Amino acid sequence: MERILFGDNQFFAVNHISDEKSRAQSIKFKEDKTILDTIDIAREAGVETFMCTTHDRIINICEMVRAQPDKYKQFSIYPCMPYAHKYANAVTELGILGTIKQYVPGNFFGSIFKGGMAMVSKDYISIMELLIDAEMKMFKKINTPVIFLQNVITDLLLGLDMKDILKAFHDYVKKKYDAEPAFITMNMPKLLDVLECAGIENPIICSSINKAGFRMSGGMAVYEETLRTRKLRAIAMQVLGGGAIPAREAIEYVCSLPNVESILFGASSRQNISQTVSLIHEFDKKYSNSGMVSA
Amino acid sequence: MIKVALIGAGKMGISHLSILGAHPDVEVVGVADTSKIVSDVLEKYSPFKTFSDYKKMMQQVNPAAVFVSVPTKFHASIVNELLQMGKHVFVEKPFCLKVDDGVVLERMAKDKNLVNQVGYHNKFIGTFEEVKRLVSEGFIGEVNHFTGEAYGPVVIKRKQGTWRADPEEGGGCLMDYASHVIDLLNYLVSPIRKVHGALLKPIYSDTVEDAVYALVETENNISGVLSVNWSEETYRKMSTSVSITGSKGKIISDASELKVYFKNADCPAGYSKGWNIKYVTELTQDVDFYLRGEEYSAQVDYFIKAIQGKVPNNKNTFESALITDQLIAQIKNNKNK
Repeated sequence: MERILFGDNQFFAVNHISDEKSRAQSIKFKEDKTILDTIDIAREAGVETFMCTTHDRIINICEMVRAQPDKYKQFSIYPCMPYAHKYANAVTELGILGTIKQYVPGNFFGSIFKGGMAMVSKDYISIMELLIDAEMKMFKKINTPVIFLQNVITDLLLGLDMKDILKAFHDYVKKKYDAEPAFITMNMPKLLDVLECAGIENPIICSSINKAGFRMSGGMAVYEETLRTRKLRAIAMQVLGGGAIPAREAIEYVCSLPNVESILFGASSRQNISQTVSLIHEFDKKYSNSGMVSA
Repeated sequence: MIKVALIGAGKMGISHLSILGAHPDVEVVGVADTSKIVSDVLEKYSPFKTFSDYKKMMQQVNPAAVFVSVPTKFHASIVNELLQMGKHVFVEKPFCLKVDDGVVLERMAKDKNLVNQVGYHNKFIGTFEEVKRLVSEGFIGEVNHFTGEAYGPVVIKRKQGTWRADPEEGGGCLMDYASHVIDLLNYLVSPIRKVHGALLKPIYSDTVEDAVYALVETENNISGVLSVNWSEETYRKMSTSVSITGSKGKIISDASELKVYFKNADCPAGYSKGWNIKYVTELTQDVDFYLRGEEYSAQVDYFIKAIQGKVPNNKNTFESALITDQLIAQIKNNKNK
């Protein structure tokens, strides 16, 4: 993985601390072209990986990327699935079966339904695999070396102790997409325990890691201890603690930690993008502990 | 370990179940859901014992407490049964469709000394907790007016056939959305007891209202305006906000950002005269397990701690949820007059 990953929250009006800022963002990024322009600014700063939710608007971004293969030769996307709001709204509207019917492609669903519920009940993993395929469709011909399960689903499964499903996601992503499976979570130490228990070694885990301890469930100390002593490929997100920590302080903290392979950040302006990137470079030099080649 | 069972593993239920599953002091002894697909998946992949019939579950397992997250129309009868059995009960919001039912349950829980809580999670959000502190400790002086608003994209096109479109099942913006705002204001300001006028407007729905606009007053004569609309697609998800005006200052808050204005320098530590902004990131209490928002874990944890006797059972009680139900009934009676 690249040392720096560019995120997508700013494009889709996801701001953890201010609804007003969210609105300003959705006005700014009303056109898909503006999103791609901002991705280009990040690429100019050397950040060639875009980590994004499988939001409907990404379909258009992918189309624009496909249309210019030379320009985006080095570019890759790390998809994060599913876009949970889409399914949550669908479940409210259509029910669980209706949602599966809507999103599982092809005639598969019709055919298993003919077999009745008994048949369905044996095949939940296949349904999940079909849903992964449906989400991956938009990334056709785009380089997607790492594929993430979103935190709402990861953490839901974690609390329900559904290890087999986490493992099934992991195995399918490897087998079908020849990509690295990865997990986003708000409960990193707990998730690592469970993944190891399911036989997944050295997993890629993206979680909140910041100097404010924001969304580091169970406390910062456990996170720092886990990074120091356990085997995982950690990605730090929400490094600014939702904006609570000044950028310089925030980046220094994350760069000083052992075993953080990548840092994920999102920003809307050229100035913030280049500032964050150069801060990461600066503190990587100071601590030079990542062992990763910076972009 | 507190033994807990859950009835109804829908959207809220499955979230409670996951949080309970991760809670170090909880042992989930059973889950009941009438949907075959839900109970199948849980049976097959989770460690929980699952049932399609909650009555059977209650015969076979012996929980100390039960989470009830079934459609609102079933709350009264199921909670009644559980209280009869002597179980502590956490029930989803809104509490009951009929005020009379709520009165009975509230009394029963008190008489039997059982821990009771309703899922109005806003009270566990850092910004609103800080609003509560600022108001109740008198930092904005005498409150004279408030507004409470909630907007979100629940019904953004014409459709029918879900429980949300059925007034008999607790559907409608008043029961589902406005209840949150009313309950929060009851807590932050004081119980709202009077309705001076209310408009319940359909926008896309045929059978229920999609928006609620009301002029209200608390028991101590503070006036307020409610504006709630669940057919608001300019919001990505539900957004609840309040503004409270007092003799010494004013508060504007939503779940992520708290803005306070103090007229003079007589304000609490960490604030100063004029406008102040605080973010939920600095006001949020850490949780041990996070799913969808700290408040969901915090409310479950509070209920468990109340059973353990570590905190008083005084947040989101049946009693407070009943006051909300009463106002909902009043608004219904007042509508479009």
